Amino acid sequence: MNTVIQADKLNLTFQTNDGPVHALSDIDLAIEKGEFVSLIGPSGCGKTTLLRVIADLEKPTGGTITVNGMTPEEARLKRAYGYVFQAAALFPWRTIADNIALPLEVMGLSGDERRKRISDNLELVDLAGFGKKYPWQLSGGMQQRASIARALAVQPDMLLMDEPFGALDEIVRDHLNEQLLKLWAATQKTVVFVTHSIPEAVFLSTRIVVMSPRPGRVHDVIDCDLGSERPLDIRETPEFLKIAHRVREGLRAGHAYDE
Amino acid sequence: MLKSRIFPVLAVVAAIVAIWYVAAVFMNAPVQRDMDKRAGVTSTTWQLVEKTMSQAKPTLPAPHQIAVNFFENTFQRKLTSNRSLVYNGWVTLSSTLAGFAFGTVLGIAIAVGIVHVKSLERSLMPWIIASQTVPILAIAPMVIVVLGAINITGLVPKALISTYLSFFPVTVGMVKGLRSPEAMHLDLMQTYNASLGQTFWKLRVPASVPYLFTSMKVAIAASLVGAIVGELPTGAVAGIGAKLLAGSYYSQTVDMWAALVMGSVLAALLVFSVDIVSRVVNRMMGGRPA
Repeated sequence: MNTVIQADKLNLTFQTNDGPVHALSDIDLAIEKGEFVSLIGPSGCGKTTLLRVIADLEKPTGGTITVNGMTPEEARLKRAYGYVFQAAALFPWRTIADNIALPLEVMGLSGDERRKRISDNLELVDLAGFGKKYPWQLSGGMQQRASIARALAVQPDMLLMDEPFGALDEIVRDHLNEQLLKLWAATQKTVVFVTHSIPEAVFLSTRIVVMSPRPGRVHDVIDCDLGSERPLDIRETPEFLKIAHRVREGLRAGHAYDE
Repeated sequence: MLKSRIFPVLAVVAAIVAIWYVAAVFMNAPVQRDMDKRAGVTSTTWQLVEKTMSQAKPTLPAPHQIAVNFFENTFQRKLTSNRSLVYNGWVTLSSTLAGFAFGTVLGIAIAVGIVHVKSLERSLMPWIIASQTVPILAIAPMVIVVLGAINITGLVPKALISTYLSFFPVTVGMVKGLRSPEAMHLDLMQTYNASLGQTFWKLRVPASVPYLFTSMKVAIAASLVGAIVGELPTGAVAGIGAKLLAGSYYSQTVDMWAALVMGSVLAALLVFSVDIVSRVVNRMMGGRPA
């Protein structure tokens, strides 16, 4: 196994008008290649900030972090990851196919290569035939799938996902969770997944990092090995409920000294 | 659907025309009584009303007088005639369009500069705003005279005044438009390691298009005003502004009103054309049909 993300004593303090805010405090975390790691915690615990530090969208103020053995900036410049945001963030003036082409144009790929990657990735997220549609013609779930296809089109080693299904209803979310799991099995990519849903985290992950707020820190790291075959029913098995229980305990304990 | 939208508009038009006729009778009556007295004629009330609507130089021309004058001068004059409203309209239109084109380009250029160079915003913005507080009626004659002194006459000085009025809404709209992309879209471009130029062309420019068209609608109307104002001090050679000025010199009120109508028709056509282009572009950019 080789480590793709290694954080040591990572700190990030935002200077605000109300004084400094410790978004991240002494985060130690190692993520291995091919893992599916969920960051879970209440709002304000720094889970999104941690993801943004990995993506080099925020700079840490202390400690070290490496991505693929490089600084996050070097990794970003090499397009080591695909980032999926809370909203699909598709450009409304581009068709779905052209949205997927966006990072490929930025990379300067040839037209043939672009077309191939677009059709491959549309197929992968089950959107073949929707390439010529505009985002507003698709449902929220389909839009988010398109944004996943766009992230995958870069062919990154890693997917960083920031509550990608948070805005969707539960039925769509279940469906996309299943699809994501298949996608992960098929592509063998490392996934770092931010969520505030316990069932989602337990269902998807190989490891769950429970974070707690003020200051944002890692409260618990829970191994979560439910095997590679995970039908949705698995959420009613004792093993699943046991892990979910431990995550819930962790979240509650992290909240304990909240007033 | 169309019927229910047209009817209220027509009702208002009918009301305005009715009020106009009444006002024309009352405003022209004193002069008509004077004229009758001097000619030694006694008119019945009905005859008086009739005469108030057929004066050569009425205080307030009746709508049909303006309509007839407008029709004659638009459709029945040779295009080369000095009295042709088509000719005069074209003179004004050409400097409006030249000024509008230049103003739009200038406005966009300033906006691009302001969005990318912080110090430009602080140094330029106060001047740009101050420029619009100066009354255009005071600036226009000076521009015409100064440029005339160095032998620049005709279309260019008028177009410059149009530019002066039209660049401002474009600058303000485009600064807003180029800054309109959401933080998420900008982050997205950053994760792709996109260059400044790529972010500009692939994100900022398309995002600003709706803002551009909104400000262009304002700018083209302002350009027309600029062109007409620019024609006032040119010694009344040609153009809608020249017709207005000449009309007021010689009390040709019907001519003035007809020129005014031509100006309004031009303004409506210009704004309408920008709107059409904006709809076409919106459709091409995948916009939801309204």
